[in-house]
Amino acid sequence: MTSSAVREAGVAAPAAAPAPPAGRGRRRGRSDLGWALVFVLPLFAGIALFYLWPIVRNLWFSFTEWGPFGDSEWVGLDNYIELAGDATMGRAILNTLGYTAMLLCGVPLAIYFASLLNRPGLRFANLFRTAFFLPYVAMPAAISMVWRIIYNGDFGILNYALSLIGIDGPSWLSTEGVALVAVALVGIWISLGFNLIILSAGMKGIPVELYEAASLDGATRWKQFTTITVPLLTPSIFFVSVMTVIAGFQVFDLLYALMGTQNPAIDKTQSVVYYFFTNIKTGDNGYAAAIGVVILLLVGIFTLLQFRLQKKWVTYV
Amino acid sequence: MSKRRVGARESNTIAYVVLTIGSVVMIFPFAWQLIMSLGTNADVISVPPSFWPSEFKPENYLNVFDRVPFLSQFWVSVGITVIRTVGQLVLCSMAGYAFARMYFPFKGVVLALILAILMVPPQVYLLPQYQIIQGLGWLNTVIGIAAPGIFSAFGTFMMRQFFMGLPPELEEAARLDGANQFQIFWKIMLPLAKPGLSALAIITVLWSWNDLLWPLIVATSAESMPLSAGIATLTSGRTITDYPMLLAAAMMAMAPVLILFLIMQRRVIDGVAFSGLK
Repeated sequence: MTSSAVREAGVAAPAAAPAPPAGRGRRRGRSDLGWALVFVLPLFAGIALFYLWPIVRNLWFSFTEWGPFGDSEWVGLDNYIELAGDATMGRAILNTLGYTAMLLCGVPLAIYFASLLNRPGLRFANLFRTAFFLPYVAMPAAISMVWRIIYNGDFGILNYALSLIGIDGPSWLSTEGVALVAVALVGIWISLGFNLIILSAGMKGIPVELYEAASLDGATRWKQFTTITVPLLTPSIFFVSVMTVIAGFQVFDLLYALMGTQNPAIDKTQSVVYYFFTNIKTGDNGYAAAIGVVILLLVGIFTLLQFRLQKKWVTYV
Repeated sequence: MSKRRVGARESNTIAYVVLTIGSVVMIFPFAWQLIMSLGTNADVISVPPSFWPSEFKPENYLNVFDRVPFLSQFWVSVGITVIRTVGQLVLCSMAGYAFARMYFPFKGVVLALILAILMVPPQVYLLPQYQIIQGLGWLNTVIGIAAPGIFSAFGTFMMRQFFMGLPPELEEAARLDGANQFQIFWKIMLPLAKPGLSALAIITVLWSWNDLLWPLIVATSAESMPLSAGIATLTSGRTITDYPMLLAAAMMAMAPVLILFLIMQRRVIDGVAFSGLK
């Protein structure tokens, strides 16, 4: 998860979990209702209060408009109609999609690094793994501080490095169009470790015999990579891609921490979640609620799309 | 034959080179932040960039305590992390066990309702959650920030998957010995569930410590914010002047989790991989 909230949301992938068969009927007629209440009720009460009920309530809110004193009035579809014509929202959706697309570019990179890490006989693999994983555990708000300095237009290290090869770099985080790329690079830097670990675990599951046979047939490493590793890894690649899309749609922490609220480019760079946050902060709760519903629809559509498309490229053995 | 072996060794050399460059890119921001947090403002903004302080100023770290309510923010972070982690371990393991091993009416419906939350982005329930916390009078309190995160659909799902993978024979044997459900859970299943529990704990600690959006909404006063929100608001609004002090503050904010990770890196990585695969 880039962000931590993102991470929590990002784990919405029960798809990867093979559900073992329920042991129903093992003991016919037995019901543990009494114990089940003790075991499940505390959790379910919290889930119902803090999640299920709010989801319903948010839907209601999205049809209301809020006054300055917390009073609300039913306005029907007004918020949605306004959203449909809201250029800022349109821009925020495009930014979110663009950001997610850039984040997805980190997946092939992770596959490549994972394949290097899984080389037989490679030493210090654990050390490399730790290094790659470090950004994933770091607090986004805190590590953004140093990235702001690296990206600084006047004294940043990045522009200094570019100047050495004769390029005059921009002020990365306050230039429209450039800022989103700069944020996405940090997003990739953070998520690489997570993707690497998942993909690396997937690679460990590929039988060594396949490589041995291929190598006896004279297949090069690259050939083995493209004909054995990648096809057999598609379930893990799919899982990582779904997680990346969910994380991409949730981008907030990095935008907030890297760019700041006073940044002249933030209006043109913000994501849908950022726009949601601004509306909450200005008290436009009904509008924010409608944005929440739109995010839900977007995530739903793209997750569905990915599951549809997976049939075309994911190989399950 | 020998040619092939040479070839293999050569490409492993390339692997070392690429992995080393990758690792340096990964670690560089941390290292540079640590070094510059001990330097002067002139060091940070110097062109060409400096990679060593012209003068060591460890007092940057002390200045943080004067400029930011760092200690109270630290305790807020610790509080919400502990409350959420302990809460999730207790509630999710119990519910997960019940969903994996007990039989009761509407089990499937209840589980489906919980799992449905995994599909819903946080923004959909954030605003009503805020109202509930407000209604309870918990705005700007540790329990208010921690509360919704105590109840985790993901944790429940993960623990359920884990318990389903454990052999039912153990449980049957205990039942024959006259143990009740709670004794079976507490004495037999829970000790076996340690890998699952530690993975859940790791995920929850990471997510709680670094969480930003929700604390920014629930906590408005600087003293009641966790470190994540404290650091973010410190740097987001005004123009930054004292870079080394800010770098020191950011360093201290992420240090507890980084140190924990470096000590238990194997476990953390396995835990995260586990949570992704289960």
